[in-house]
Amino acid sequence: MNDILSRRKLKAKIFRIIATISTWSSIIILIILLGNIALDGFSNINWTFLSSFPSRFPHKAGIKAAIWGSIWMLALVAIIAVPIGVSAAIYLEEYAKKNKLSRFIEINIANLAGVPSIIYGILGLTIFVRFFQLDRSLLAGSLTMSLLILPVIIMAAREAIKAVPKSIRLGAFAVGATRWQTIQSHVLPASTPGIFTGVILAMSRAIGETAPLIMIGALTYVAFVPENINDPFTTLPIQIYNWVSRPQVEFHHLAAAGIIVLLVVLLTMNATAILIRNRSLKKYKW
Amino acid sequence: MNNKIIIETKNLTLSYGKHPAIRDCNIQFLKNKVTAIIGPSGCGKSTLLRTFNRMNDFIDNFNIEGEVLFEGKDINHSDMDPVEIRKRIGMVFQKPNPFPKSIFDNIIWGPNINGFIGSQQELVENCLIDAGLFDEVKDRLNSSAMELSGGQQQRLCIARAIAMKPEVILMDEPASALDPKATMKIEELIKKLKKSYTIIIVTHNMQQAARISDNTAFLYEGELIEYGKTNSIFTKPDKQQTEDYITGRFG
Amino acid sequence: MAILQKEIDKLKESILYVGTLVEENFLGAIESINNNDIDSAQEVIKKDKEIDLKEIEVEEECLKILALHQPVAIDLRFIIAVLKINNDLERIGDLSCNIAKRTIALSKLPSIIIPKEILEMAKIVQQMIKESLDSLVELDITLAKKVCVDDDKVDEIHCGIYPFVESKINEEPDKKTQWIQLLGISRYLERSADHCTNIAEDVEYLINGVIHRHSSKID
Repeated sequence: MNDILSRRKLKAKIFRIIATISTWSSIIILIILLGNIALDGFSNINWTFLSSFPSRFPHKAGIKAAIWGSIWMLALVAIIAVPIGVSAAIYLEEYAKKNKLSRFIEINIANLAGVPSIIYGILGLTIFVRFFQLDRSLLAGSLTMSLLILPVIIMAAREAIKAVPKSIRLGAFAVGATRWQTIQSHVLPASTPGIFTGVILAMSRAIGETAPLIMIGALTYVAFVPENINDPFTTLPIQIYNWVSRPQVEFHHLAAAGIIVLLVVLLTMNATAILIRNRSLKKYKW
Repeated sequence: MNNKIIIETKNLTLSYGKHPAIRDCNIQFLKNKVTAIIGPSGCGKSTLLRTFNRMNDFIDNFNIEGEVLFEGKDINHSDMDPVEIRKRIGMVFQKPNPFPKSIFDNIIWGPNINGFIGSQQELVENCLIDAGLFDEVKDRLNSSAMELSGGQQQRLCIARAIAMKPEVILMDEPASALDPKATMKIEELIKKLKKSYTIIIVTHNMQQAARISDNTAFLYEGELIEYGKTNSIFTKPDKQQTEDYITGRFG
Repeated sequence: MAILQKEIDKLKESILYVGTLVEENFLGAIESINNNDIDSAQEVIKKDKEIDLKEIEVEEECLKILALHQPVAIDLRFIIAVLKINNDLERIGDLSCNIAKRTIALSKLPSIIIPKEILEMAKIVQQMIKESLDSLVELDITLAKKVCVDDDKVDEIHCGIYPFVESKINEEPDKKTQWIQLLGISRYLERSADHCTNIAEDVEYLINGVIHRHSSKID
């Protein structure tokens, strides 16, 4: 008996050690990567960097255009993708009959979420830039990115809506509410935190995507802030890519600085998403 | 005796797809009385109850044959609006399901979306008093309903139902998720409410049915076996099957 | 519900046991009149104590079942019937005791000839006790009805005893105490018959769920 027990204890111990090593190794690799970048780029982060346009001279170059381009793009993507995505989710969860067609749509949306982003780039190029002749504008870029994150938003919104217990809906119907009144007063408010979290996570994907924007022709050297949706633009990842591909080492340091800025933005967005989710868990204790 | 019939079924057959849950049921519910529907699990009690306020509309593959008359009119007629019916026939569910809002909002929401004009404070207070909950929550009407105990939540759901001033209240095993003390409070409440409302209650607890109802209907495997005054059913039922069930010989 | 069923079966046995004790004691009382047997009479008085104790036991059993199991329908009617039959049986036991006491009193006085009507009444009452208990066991309503019909016969005979005793007192005035005792015995027999009728009516309630008291016949 004791033999078997001690063998089992040994197995458990070994497993614990493996798990600990895996966890810590991932963390250590991450720390090394980030540390590397931080060392490289930290010295370059100053107000000049943040408020200057790119230039041929490293000491004069900055990411002002890229930051503004990213902000514009995110805003437009939010305005386009969120209403469409949430409405689609509401329709699929609340109104559509559960039949073969709806299952088919469900599976396809999940597949679309996994399609490589460059395919969306090609799609955007063909439809928005060429067919609709939007040229290489913010509008074309935002529409393309919206297509990219739309499946993600739809899936996240669906999950959030599904998480609202059926009993709440039944309670609303039982006092003589229509389906829309129920959705508006109960389902949406209860699922908003979940939807919001999903949207933020989708956005943080959008802010980091480079390939589709390059496909539709977002410029890599933009020395102005876009003024309307038809203007050309650039984004943080593109600017970083541009600097990394230059031969001068100083530009590589600038790229590192840009990466730090991008990471800070991403971390902030993710932290916000987590905060919202935690607060909503307290309120909606199903 | 002025016993008016408020809900009546005629040859009612309810089925999910091909499978019938209720077969050829003819029953009359009297106004301002408490009628209990008893029977073993799966005999169709809840299905029958949900038909009266058309909550079965939300279930796919659900079929109705026969008539359900509410004050003489068939509720499944194409002219009838289920939303209107649910305003007049309310429901309390087995597991308390208050909205994740404040106590005040829980009660006033239904009337508000249906165009209520008048003193909201007064309506909420009166409903809470009628539901026997006012004293316990009067100084925290704006706190979340989710913080109440199970029994309090269920009384809140009853208050929410009566805020719509329905004519009939359907209750689907309203006390089965509650402890004995909370159950007792709900039963006292039901006896009080029947002065103003007609109550139809589904319960698997026979002693409860015996305690609070005026009339009892016994369903078995989708068929109405016996229906009569609760007093008679529990002292000398007509059908042997009824007697076997209530004495616990089966089910 | 097996627990309740066991309790009910146990209760049935108990009430039938009380019934048997009462039947036996009644027979003993009649024999003591017949044979002017003091020993039998004293036996009857002694045994009545056992009947009283058993009656209390049965009542407590009924209360326990009512409190713990909340029976309904036929089970409820059974418990109620047993409670009442229990009472009636105990009363018959007391009446047998009273008859035995009269026998002892009579034995101390110069004897009289017990009229055959008394013995006839006693036989009918003995039959009624047996049949009312049988109707309970077998849930036989025909038997229960017969008991009520037999009660009429007993009433008839008892009515006849009054003028008989009156004439006997005029005939043998020195034995008037004995004849008055005999009247008492007749009354006890008549009341025993009434209690049997009660038992039969309680059995009818058990079977039909209809309370049928204070009437001369069962429909």
